[in-house]
Amino acid sequence: MLKGTSACAGCSSSLSLRYVLKGAGPDTVLVIPASCSSVIQGIYPNTALNIPVYNIAFAAAAACASGMSNAFRAVGKKTNVIVYAGDGGTLDIGIQSMSGAFERGTDFLYICYDNEEYGNTGMQRSGSTPLGARTTTTPAGKTDEKKDIDAIITAHDPPYLATACSAYPQDLFKKVKKALAIRGPAFIHILVPCPSGWRFPPEKTIEIGRLAVKSGMWILYEREYGRLAISSPSKAAMKNPIPLENYLAPQGRFAGISPKALDILKQRITQKIQRLTEEEKGIC
Amino acid sequence: MLMVATGNRAVAEAVREAKPVVIAAYPITPQTGIVEQIAEYVSHGVLLSRYIPVESEHSAMAACIGASATGARTFTATSSQGLLYMHEMTNWAAGARLPVVMANVNRALGPGWNIWAEHTDAIQERDTGWLQVYTGTVQEAYDTTLMAFCIAEHNDVLLPVMVNLDGFLLSHDMQPLETVDCGDFIPPLHLPHAIDPQNPIAYGPLTGPDQYYKFRWDIERSMRDSVNVIGQTQAEFARRFGRKYGFTDDYRCDDADAVVVSLGTLGKEAEVAIDALRSEGIKAGSMRVRWLRPFPKLDLAGREVVVIDRDYSFGFGGVLAHEIKAKNHIDVCSVIAGLGGQEVTYDDIAGFIKNRRIGEESWFGVTPGV
Amino acid sequence: MFEVRIHSRGGEGGVTAARLLAIAAIRDGKYASACPFYGAERRGAPVVSFVRIDDRPVRVYSQIRTPDLVVVLDASLVGVVDVLSGLKAGGTILINSAHTREFAGYRTCSVDLTGIALRENLIMAGSPILDTSVLGALARIGIISQNSAKKAITEVFTDERNVRAADAAYREVVI
Ligand SMILES: Cc1ncc(C[n+]2csc(CCOP(=O)(O)OP(=O)(O)O)c2C)c(N)n1
Ligand code: SF4
Repeated sequence: MLKGTSACAGCSSSLSLRYVLKGAGPDTVLVIPASCSSVIQGIYPNTALNIPVYNIAFAAAAACASGMSNAFRAVGKKTNVIVYAGDGGTLDIGIQSMSGAFERGTDFLYICYDNEEYGNTGMQRSGSTPLGARTTTTPAGKTDEKKDIDAIITAHDPPYLATACSAYPQDLFKKVKKALAIRGPAFIHILVPCPSGWRFPPEKTIEIGRLAVKSGMWILYEREYGRLAISSPSKAAMKNPIPLENYLAPQGRFAGISPKALDILKQRITQKIQRLTEEEKGIC
Repeated sequence: MLMVATGNRAVAEAVREAKPVVIAAYPITPQTGIVEQIAEYVSHGVLLSRYIPVESEHSAMAACIGASATGARTFTATSSQGLLYMHEMTNWAAGARLPVVMANVNRALGPGWNIWAEHTDAIQERDTGWLQVYTGTVQEAYDTTLMAFCIAEHNDVLLPVMVNLDGFLLSHDMQPLETVDCGDFIPPLHLPHAIDPQNPIAYGPLTGPDQYYKFRWDIERSMRDSVNVIGQTQAEFARRFGRKYGFTDDYRCDDADAVVVSLGTLGKEAEVAIDALRSEGIKAGSMRVRWLRPFPKLDLAGREVVVIDRDYSFGFGGVLAHEIKAKNHIDVCSVIAGLGGQEVTYDDIAGFIKNRRIGEESWFGVTPGV
Repeated sequence: MFEVRIHSRGGEGGVTAARLLAIAAIRDGKYASACPFYGAERRGAPVVSFVRIDDRPVRVYSQIRTPDLVVVLDASLVGVVDVLSGLKAGGTILINSAHTREFAGYRTCSVDLTGIALRENLIMAGSPILDTSVLGALARIGIISQNSAKKAITEVFTDERNVRAADAAYREVVI
């Protein structure tokens, strides 16, 4: 990734993109649906990327990548086909084409960078926005819960699925390498704190990511051929998570969150920690 | 009340006045201001609609269809890619004879991504059975949105209406806006074919070649009848609120030798060009087409006509130019200008009129062969 | 028609300043329109907004090329963008600056809006608020009445300090 991105200051989805491209190497094509990444990559005639980028309509990334991957494989090319899509382009409008591509065993890596909102259009709610968060379409805080896309993809039984966070670049880098070494569809879900939408100062972008993991609000793990392994930063955090408030308080989007919503968020963390711990031990 | 508002805000204000039962919408630049304002009204309880934050435009229109089928007033808003993604459902809404009202903020189509004004998005919806109206000021966007509910829901029409406003140029421009208390201007909706378990009906079942065309003809018949309804509604609006609207907005056309025809904000900018030309002694006028469907009869006899299209049908030509040629049996000078937000000033428009060549097409900014 | 171009950086309030100026002009009984020019750039990038004031409805949507007045909310933009571009000969430039500035051939007005904001503690998300106080300076230059400037500010903002800052700018602008 070159200089000249048009991202906001402190944007961690552009950071993540840099780690992903490092892990992927030069024989790679990026497929990008409408999102902040459509802008982050630079504005014509400039580009901040030194690999081919294929921009495509919002709902279509996974299907477009299916076609691309099949065409490359048909002529014996091993080129990595990577979708880099936001949570809206994945959980909401893009879910149909994504589900299809996973079901058909497409040889590609689908990355969902999750800023828990529609960043490109000015911070509206998405299916990934957590309960209680204020967005421009949920001015009083979201009343629905975050959609569990990882569970949905797991139900497609892909050979590789992982979660990651921009605040843990090495972990992300390793996961990208692993995902690309495996044949078939791989999925990486990256939490990317967004200073503009989450309303925290840009310099705190790494700290917020760490707090997300330490509080258990975001858990790092991977599932290879169905076997779950919790990643090391989350191992400690799951045993002894810091109070959720430490993660929420610095973010303007959670200002004035109702005690009820806070309670549900906490319950979900406890349930998820329990579920993943049991799954890792093989009790499920 | 006199306020200062953007075009987006004006649409949201009109929707608040019209009080739809269900609003289902999906954000897209430059329409987001409408959705966000509505979300705010609903959240503060100043608008008691159910607002469904759907996961795509296809779902937005499908949700409007489901709601409207029960006889509920419905509204949505979109733009560009969103309108295209709805396309299957826009056809459905019209075919199912549902009076959905939609604001479309005109924007260019990808690739490359472009968020600025162009009419091709709405033009590609010409043949769906929707009524289409294009607005040129913030006030007009407000007034027209209010009238759209009356027209769509009128029992002689029962077709969806799309209110268009130019992306950024109008959606984000701040202008004076006089809001009204619309009282009983929009009568309650009585959908004759509303879903009613007391009277079970199958909606949209398999319809054979001996029947299907009758439903199509019925759409066309209502489209023709809508001409009267639009006229009556605009007259009633003028009577109640004092602001007059027609099928076109004509400016200094009466004695004009040359008339420039366009859609949306270009038509307002053109008025300034006309004043400049008139001061040079050139008898020019501007005709801004408001209603593209049903397409109005234009009074162009004996004038030289310049048509500006902020749209294009590849392999054919500017769509407005060709519709005018076909309907009026005249030849025109066709100018393609303003695509993807290309800047077009009143000086440019004056130039189009001065340098007109009837029977020719030119692309503003493009030198053929280069 | 009187045409104003406002230069600022994204997030500094140039768009709001344009809106408030349009409201004030309308409260003066005039017609006005205001529009930001939107690029695809994000926060911190240079932004221009336009305001047109006239005795009849404004019908122009294209950008202002020959303004009568240029407002610069962020002096660091001078040299980065050509703030004088197209400014009519003898036109006015109003700049937010702690010291008086000169632009040869133009009527230059300076006012320390940042200093006023700090004094009044008008700070949001770490940045001084400039978009309300600038109206005071514009009133003093004679673009709008002081009364309408106040009306516009109180229509949009409830915090009294905004009006006080505008009053301070009215008094302190150096013409
Ligand atoms: C069919 C369609 N609908 C809506 C849009 C407008 N749009 C562009 S990007 C975007 C949101 C993207 O959100 P997300 O996928 O979460 O990515 P982010 O912008 O947050 O990076 C929307 C709604 C579009 N381009 N196409
Ligand atoms: S809105 Fe958020 S995700 Fe998008 S570019 Fe800005 S910081 Fe990055």
